[in-house]
Amino acid sequence: MSLSPTGALRQSGHLFAMALDVLRTLPRRPFQAREFIQQAWFIASVTILPTALVSIPFGAVIALQIGSLTRQLGAQSFSGAASVLAVLREASPIVTALLIAGAGGTAICADLGARKIREEIDAMQVLGIDPIHRLVVPRVLASMVVAVLLNGLVSVVGVAGGYFFNVVLQNGTPGAYLASFTTLAQLSDLWAAEIKALVFGAIAAIVASYKGLTAKGGPKGVGDAVNQSVVITFMVLFVTNFVMTAVYFQVVPQRG
Amino acid sequence: MGVEICVEGLTKSFGHQVIWQDVSLTLPAGEVSVMLGPSGTGKSVFLKTLVGLLKPDRGSVRVAGRDITKLREHELYEVRKQFGVLFQDGALFGSMNLYDNIAFPLREHTRRSESEIRRIVLDKMDMVGLIGSERKLPGEISGGMRKRAGLARALVLDPEIILFDEPDSGLDPVRVAYLNQLIVDLNAQIDATFLIVTHDIASARQVPDNIGLLFRRELVMFGPRERLLTSDEPVVRQFLNGRMQGPIGMAEEKDAAQVEQELAQLADRAPVQAPTPRLLPGPGITRPPRWEAIARREAELRRREVADV
Repeated sequence: MSLSPTGALRQSGHLFAMALDVLRTLPRRPFQAREFIQQAWFIASVTILPTALVSIPFGAVIALQIGSLTRQLGAQSFSGAASVLAVLREASPIVTALLIAGAGGTAICADLGARKIREEIDAMQVLGIDPIHRLVVPRVLASMVVAVLLNGLVSVVGVAGGYFFNVVLQNGTPGAYLASFTTLAQLSDLWAAEIKALVFGAIAAIVASYKGLTAKGGPKGVGDAVNQSVVITFMVLFVTNFVMTAVYFQVVPQRG
Repeated sequence: MGVEICVEGLTKSFGHQVIWQDVSLTLPAGEVSVMLGPSGTGKSVFLKTLVGLLKPDRGSVRVAGRDITKLREHELYEVRKQFGVLFQDGALFGSMNLYDNIAFPLREHTRRSESEIRRIVLDKMDMVGLIGSERKLPGEISGGMRKRAGLARALVLDPEIILFDEPDSGLDPVRVAYLNQLIVDLNAQIDATFLIVTHDIASARQVPDNIGLLFRRELVMFGPRERLLTSDEPVVRQFLNGRMQGPIGMAEEKDAAQVEQELAQLADRAPVQAPTPRLLPGPGITRPPRWEAIARREAELRRREVADV
């Protein structure tokens, strides 16, 4: 990898070119249903457990922070509202982004990278099969679907974790927690989070596929590709998250 | 019948490093050609350029009259269906067993029924001697078997052109001999255009109709087998005889004065060798007219040699 500014530009240019290729190839028949289902299953299987395990402490931390703050202010009845809002709006997209990039993206990148250096991708192209259509599109779609589902999982587990810590450990009242549930958060928050997850899934899979398909230089090249793919995906996802949040606040009127 | 490949003024570089420049040659339809060259002279790059996996800086590659360096992506995929390529390590799909690997192109490109696919796949597996290994995964078999499976997969779409990337690397001499016989038999059976990229001299002497040699970033010579085997060109002679004396050094090139001296020493003692006999299709194979003619010519040559002695 070169460190020259044009090198970085060229890389991002190639990345966007591939994203466009994916978009263009999306409607092409036949749809690779088998590959899609396999990949969705595969990505789900590597992400579900870590996601659940990460979102419990995430919900708990938010509950702890908010719990002590609201007690000091004498606004305990609002701790439920605040923790739901925090989990739904920020924690779940962030956790989804971390897991889909860290677990799903790396798996995709390592898989495609290994195929690339074993010349499987070249062989596929020579056999007249477009790897974007055959391999990348199903992975991107699978990653998007799984990201949306993961986001739902994070929301449920995070809120449940928050409830447990607030009510059981900090002696909050279950009634107040549940009653204030929808004082701040609203349904559009959930939609926004799901749309974020959809976009994150697409970005993570495209970056991972790009890095995998351009891996070179033997097994070490695959390792480097995976490493770079995680770093790039994290940066891109966090920026995207910020932009989407900013747009969301402008577009959707807030409660409270 | 095979298809002619016409390469003109082909130049390829990675960054500032020129791999080879101004390569022009014609692979005649239906014939076997070998591309030789010391390690690291871009033989594999040349092969990948021929199928459009790499874009050359300049020049054209015309396959049956269409310049593949100028085709759009989806046209390129169409043209590639005429190619069968055997990659160095077979390039089998690691997640599929041998049967599925070989059936893969048929399932992707044709609407044949599973029973038809089965018939074709087993036929090709029989051709390369892999019957009984259908359920094995690529990771579980030897390098030689992977190569043969890769060859079977390259054959299922009945290609017009078959490219071999170092078919003999990493194989023992006996398996190399079998593989060479298989290549010759195949050429007699399916009449496709063959290009073999290798640095194995023994194969290059026995198998092809034409030989080319890449050295010092250019195509030194390309022509009929006899012409190269009896050539006086120092690089060609050095390479085909596998000697240390000559322009090719351990690190690519040698000093001109040293080369002169070595060649002068050699000139007195090493006469030009008579060409090695050509490998002919096995007894079970019905020979097309082209191979009949080659066999007659070979027999004639042998007779003359015996008469000379």
